[in-house]
Amino acid sequence: MTKRLTDLAKSETGVILDFDDSDPALSTRLREIGFAEGDNVTPLHFGLFGKNPMSVRVNGAQIALRREDAQAILLKAVKSEASA
Amino acid sequence: MSDGQSLRLALLGAPNCGKSSLFNALTGGKAKVANYPGVTVEYRKGDFTLPSGQAIELLDLPGVYGDCGHSMDERVALDAVRGNLEGERAPDAIVFMMDASHINTHLHNVLQAKNHGLPIILVLNMMDMAARDGITIDLPALEREIGIPVISCVAVRGSGRSLLLDYLEEWGGDVSFGSAATPKEEKGDLKALQAKARSITSTAVSRVHQAETFSQRIDNWVLHPIMGLAILFTILFVMFQAVYTWSGPAMDLIEMAIGGLQRGAAAILPDGLITSLVVDGIIAGVGSVLIFLPQIIILFAFILLLEASGYMARAAFLVDTLMAKIGLNGRAFIPLLSSFACAIPGIMSARTIEQERDRITTILIAPLMTCAARWPVYFLIIGAFVPAEKVGVFSLQGLVAFGLILVGIVFALIMAAIFKRTLTKGESSGLLIELPSYKTPVFKDYIIGLWDRGMIFVNRAGRIILPASILIWGLMSFPANATTTAQTWAGKVGGLIEPLLRPIGFNLEIAISLIPAMAAREVAVSSLATIYSIGGTNADDTLRDLIAANWTLPTALAFLAWFVFAPQCLSTFAIIRKETNSWKWPLFAFGYLFVLAYIAAGVTYHVSLAMGLS
Ligand SMILES: Nc1nc2c(ncn2[C@@H]2O[C@H](COP(=O)(O)OP(=O)(O)OP(=O)(O)O)[C@@H](O)[C@H]2O)c(=O)[nH]1
Ligand SMILES: [Mg+2]
Repeated sequence: MTKRLTDLAKSETGVILDFDDSDPALSTRLREIGFAEGDNVTPLHFGLFGKNPMSVRVNGAQIALRREDAQAILLKAVKSEASA
Repeated sequence: MSDGQSLRLALLGAPNCGKSSLFNALTGGKAKVANYPGVTVEYRKGDFTLPSGQAIELLDLPGVYGDCGHSMDERVALDAVRGNLEGERAPDAIVFMMDASHINTHLHNVLQAKNHGLPIILVLNMMDMAARDGITIDLPALEREIGIPVISCVAVRGSGRSLLLDYLEEWGGDVSFGSAATPKEEKGDLKALQAKARSITSTAVSRVHQAETFSQRIDNWVLHPIMGLAILFTILFVMFQAVYTWSGPAMDLIEMAIGGLQRGAAAILPDGLITSLVVDGIIAGVGSVLIFLPQIIILFAFILLLEASGYMARAAFLVDTLMAKIGLNGRAFIPLLSSFACAIPGIMSARTIEQERDRITTILIAPLMTCAARWPVYFLIIGAFVPAEKVGVFSLQGLVAFGLILVGIVFALIMAAIFKRTLTKGESSGLLIELPSYKTPVFKDYIIGLWDRGMIFVNRAGRIILPASILIWGLMSFPANATTTAQTWAGKVGGLIEPLLRPIGFNLEIAISLIPAMAAREVAVSSLATIYSIGGTNADDTLRDLIAANWTLPTALAFLAWFVFAPQCLSTFAIIRKETNSWKWPLFAFGYLFVLAYIAAGVTYHVSLAMGLS
């Protein structure tokens, strides 16, 4: 099963593999703001209800997004915090 | 581009990279600067001259991440660059700005921008922040790889801008430079450009690994799901308490000055109509609103601090969990928070919301936020009817004001939930916002911002309140033989709508004051001041005393409830008309707010009567 950004726990790092293109406008938006294949992503904070939204560290920037959007980011592997 | 003709340069780049800061510094302009993405939503022009004498026309644009134009503000920027803005020619070249401390995330944006086919240079701004974060950038390597000139910059410091100015100086003198800098187009889709950008940064940018940045350490508290919300609530609470408690001494001073002015004018001027016009009409009317200047200044001292620090985007993140439940767009929070200053910039900043139906929803509820123009109304009535006591360490009056603000917010959320399930139905998402690093506010920007907000308030007193006060005075003073308010012209006009307002507890004076207050809410206060000043016998009574003596408590409460909702601001509906390009939405907004105001005032009046308040 594919891992998604939404599957990561707090402070867990994943590497972006691809984007779910079922909503092309969304994946364009995600790319434009700075997510790309090969980037390390680490969720840092979650909202109060249903862990929504989440704020994610990517390439030294911090981006806040809702889970509906975050699930479009597909991950390669899940590393532990120590190896991030 | 020969001598004498001005070069037009467009400032393009991601949101919050410092475009407006640079624009202000170079042109002496007054574009709004704040530390969150999406501050600028409309283009702005400014001029400056290089030492060589070359005139430059600079365009400050809304931030864009790509070239799709997902939202209205992005489309404004892209239209400007493409020469599609009505009545504006295309720029001669692009000054592409980028936040150097986030170069890894954003570099592909400049590759994309090369495809506009205009001469382009890359200005790496915020080099100070990049240095602080341990980022070093190999500029020559970057220039080589991207194929365009790269200049480092710190927009907020004079010395930080000198490289850019030197560069432009050289450029302006050389007419052929423009074509030399015209880049080759970048081939490939976004994915390919990103891959290219990542490979460039992997060689040209190095980063000392830092355990945890300053911003991150603060965020562990500020973005904590529970603690963060508690901090947000505390900040807002302290802000509104401060507006209440700190403004006292300054208000007393202004009140004394106004009283002195009235007595002075009465002593100098001959008895009769002229004196009445100056004392009861102009000074009482305009003074009754100007007295709230200290509150406005304190309120904005807080708001501007929140905006400049980087907290705004965090607050949006914290509240989003609730917004998502209601069905509101994540980007709606910042426009709504801006509406606490004034609904007009709030409604404009809704341009950052991608989905049209969500933008409309946000625009419709923005007038429910407690804008600065409501403060005079709230203060007057609260001052007259709520004792100046302390509840623990809090001022009771401040608590009541905070309550009114909360009522506005709660109803905004309820209405949004209703609209999202009926009129503007449809899925909504899209928080997608960069949380900027925290920054110390730039002192000069802060003071200018505060000054501007104060002047807007004072100018309104001259532009709207002064004529309205003279009008009310005129209608109140004739016919000369009138002995009661009802016999004056104003009383006749007010009498037309008074029957409609009597069921919700309003008297004739209120009915009269509400008519000119259609222009702006605070005119209700100035009109009441003029009405009671003309009728008043004792010159030393303040408007507060007169209202406390003349109104019952249920009437006062109903009046407050009315102003939580009342659609009394023509400019708000004019801007809704402009931003939605239709008559439907401004009329609808007006209608629903009017109905809510009427019901709220009526319910408040009758419930408090039934409770035996008087
Ligand atoms: N430290 C530092 N801060 C800067 C610099 N340039 C701008 N800022 C700050 O960065 C924030 C954003 O600046 P703006 O000029 O509003 O950015 P903008 O690009 O116009 O943003 P949008 O209008 O949202 O697109 C403000 O808090 C500025 O004070 C810089 O060179 N160094
Ligand atoms: Mg700007």
